[in-house]
Amino acid sequence: MIYFKYIRMQLRSLAQYRSTFWFIIMGQSLTCAAGFASMTMMFDRFHTMAGWTYAEAALCYAAVFMAFSITECVARGFDSFSRLIVSGDFDRLLLRPRALTLQVLGSSFELTRLGRLIVGGTILQFAARNLGVAWTADKVIVLILMILSGVVIFFGVFLLGAAMCFVTVEGLEVVNIFTDGGREIASYPLPIYGKTALRFFTFIIPYGCFNYLPLLYLVGRADGHAALYALSPLIGMLFVIPCAFVWKAGVRRYLSTGN
Amino acid sequence: MSAVKTRTMSTIKDIVRPYVSMFRIQFIGQLQYRAAAWAGISTQFFFGFVFVMMYSAFYGGEAVVVGVPSLQMIISYQWLKQAFLMMVVLWSQDSDLLNQIVSGHVAYSLCRPVDLYSLWASRLFANRVARCALRFAPVLILAFLLPAPYGMIPPPNFGSGLLFIVSLLLGSLVAVGMSMFVYVLTFVTMSREGARLLIGASADFATGLIIPIPLMPDWLQRALALTPFPYVADLPFRIYAGDIAGAAAGAAMGVQAFWVITLGITGWLAFRAVLRRTVVQGG
Repeated sequence: MIYFKYIRMQLRSLAQYRSTFWFIIMGQSLTCAAGFASMTMMFDRFHTMAGWTYAEAALCYAAVFMAFSITECVARGFDSFSRLIVSGDFDRLLLRPRALTLQVLGSSFELTRLGRLIVGGTILQFAARNLGVAWTADKVIVLILMILSGVVIFFGVFLLGAAMCFVTVEGLEVVNIFTDGGREIASYPLPIYGKTALRFFTFIIPYGCFNYLPLLYLVGRADGHAALYALSPLIGMLFVIPCAFVWKAGVRRYLSTGN
Repeated sequence: MSAVKTRTMSTIKDIVRPYVSMFRIQFIGQLQYRAAAWAGISTQFFFGFVFVMMYSAFYGGEAVVVGVPSLQMIISYQWLKQAFLMMVVLWSQDSDLLNQIVSGHVAYSLCRPVDLYSLWASRLFANRVARCALRFAPVLILAFLLPAPYGMIPPPNFGSGLLFIVSLLLGSLVAVGMSMFVYVLTFVTMSREGARLLIGASADFATGLIIPIPLMPDWLQRALALTPFPYVADLPFRIYAGDIAGAAAGAAMGVQAFWVITLGITGWLAFRAVLRRTVVQGG
């Protein structure tokens, strides 16, 4: 309940800067659309990409962008966590008798990511129609799970990045490699990056679990245990558990930055 | 006769001096941010790897696909982009200058006996060159060390390499000329975000930083050729790869110089126009 109050507050303050809001939404949608346009142009020239079709790649792209924009919208507070630490505002959150995670989540709500979500949704719909898949109930569920799982996994990465701020105070640009970089790398099917990168992004940071593994199931290219491919989004969500522990450990050791 | 000549020489020196000083101050200042540079280098290198793998996958392991530029050229193009990104991106803005406009502190700068447009343009150019000076070498060295299909190769001959450097500097000036219009817009809208975000994505796309211009559809390439966008990064990168050489390179660099001058003059006029209607409200 208190979370919705936070959101209402954020939305009200947003309403004071309406033109900026629309500018940002437009800029964000353009970024997302430009990336997809370049993917379209590449497939226009080459027709396939190492055995992947245009619709398959488009689905990867759409799933990643939708998941990432939802996570950024809701959990921006963790993504820009160094700001809370540097300003000392985090100390104030610690003093309040409310759940800490909830307060950090409520500290920022980026409705501007809506633009990307809409563009991503449009691409997803386009990809789903051109994939040549009969959309039975189980496949629709897998598709929805893909996006949900993506949101949870990106959230886990945000938590890790935030936990690192307890040590470094300043936000580390290296974290961007796993957030923005992860988004970039996962917007094409992961196997094209070679075995090492594929393993890393399947077993360490499981971006593959919400994107190309279930995709293989959807298009019927999963060999062996098809059910395992279908359930991979759920398995990928487990990633958030160790991340939450790291975050908790970070909070416990936190000794303010002084003010 | 010669006395007149020396006098004009010294006046020119006096006129140019403040802008050269601005360039030097800004350049030395930027060199202090070494930690940021190291972080930037690792990110640039990672993204370079992602792009190179992606293009290699499209080319399907074959080095030459009919009707498209060679994979080797595209890979060199990518690494040059990662190494010299800071010189050519249009979204890199000086937030100090934007703040000066919005907060009104620009009034102090206007009191000085210098041309504001030239002062700011030299400052932006210095920022670009200095940020790159710190970053480009490690990225390029790593890119040269990578194994054959993924690494970068030297330019085909010494001439191409030399023309590349000149053309890259000119390209950076084109970028400065274009980004000066963001400050003009900020004078009008008084909003820091708006103008910057609007040019962001579309400008990246048009300069060939999202997908190389030679890989775009022909109609789009023809349309872009009429704008200054391909002369920012695409031209220098293609000169490096030997894709544009000899007389063609000379002619293209002529057009590049034309854009530097045209953007400079129109930007200067636009600056004068907005400054004339600027009202500073005390403070």
